[in-house]
Amino acid sequence: MQDRIRITCSRQNLQQVRDFVRGFLMSAQRSELVINQVVLAVDEVVANFIIHANGEDATQFLDLLLVLADHNLDIEIEDHGSTLFLPTGKVANPDLRAYIQQGRKGGMGMALVSRIMDQVEFFERNSHTVCHLSKTLP
Amino acid sequence: MKVTAQPADSTLTLILDGELDASSAVVLDTELNKPELLKYKKVLIDCQRLSYISSAGLGVFISHLQRLQDANVKLVFFNMQEKVFNVFEILGLDSLMNIAPTQEAALAA
Repeated sequence: MQDRIRITCSRQNLQQVRDFVRGFLMSAQRSELVINQVVLAVDEVVANFIIHANGEDATQFLDLLLVLADHNLDIEIEDHGSTLFLPTGKVANPDLRAYIQQGRKGGMGMALVSRIMDQVEFFERNSHTVCHLSKTLP
Repeated sequence: MKVTAQPADSTLTLILDGELDASSAVVLDTELNKPELLKYKKVLIDCQRLSYISSAGLGVFISHLQRLQDANVKLVFFNMQEKVFNVFEILGLDSLMNIAPTQEAALAA
């Protein structure tokens, strides 16, 4: 099964993205815990694209594709903005005690994505940034 | 995301309702940033109706924790749904923050 959605680069659309991913995985009858983890991973990547890659420019848009074959979930998020955004997929363990002392707000999103998904990859296609996430679902 | 503040003596309870993400985190940040928060001994976070949290939501709590600790204000979460607790666990925040199973346990913490 597969499904896709296009959203503009406004953080108001994060709810729509989460509802879309939840609906897709609920129809595949996955556990609430697994669904929430995948929803979180997608939400983090999409939020990064919206806020950091596109500066919340609502004239830009993202395409999200979900494909589930047996237990294998593949997710592709394509940023149609003009700026390439290629963070490393592997993120070092954030020092949370230091974050607390510093009163730091950010820096945990991609660590969450890396711990939830089996594979995290950013690459360039047709001058656009694409993020591919995959996970074998229990 | 709706945040309701319930003061009672030396304890302030913030009741969270909805999904805490990069769009709604500012609502909570505004609430935790209020100077009067520091006059309480405890700030309890009622998570019963918190159905989702992303790193932006976690970041709000992390960014205020040291300020609260420095003012001897204890931050305690309670009634957390399993899927929300799981997000704290994934990052290891469950060992750095006070998370109680019930309101009674949070008051006693």
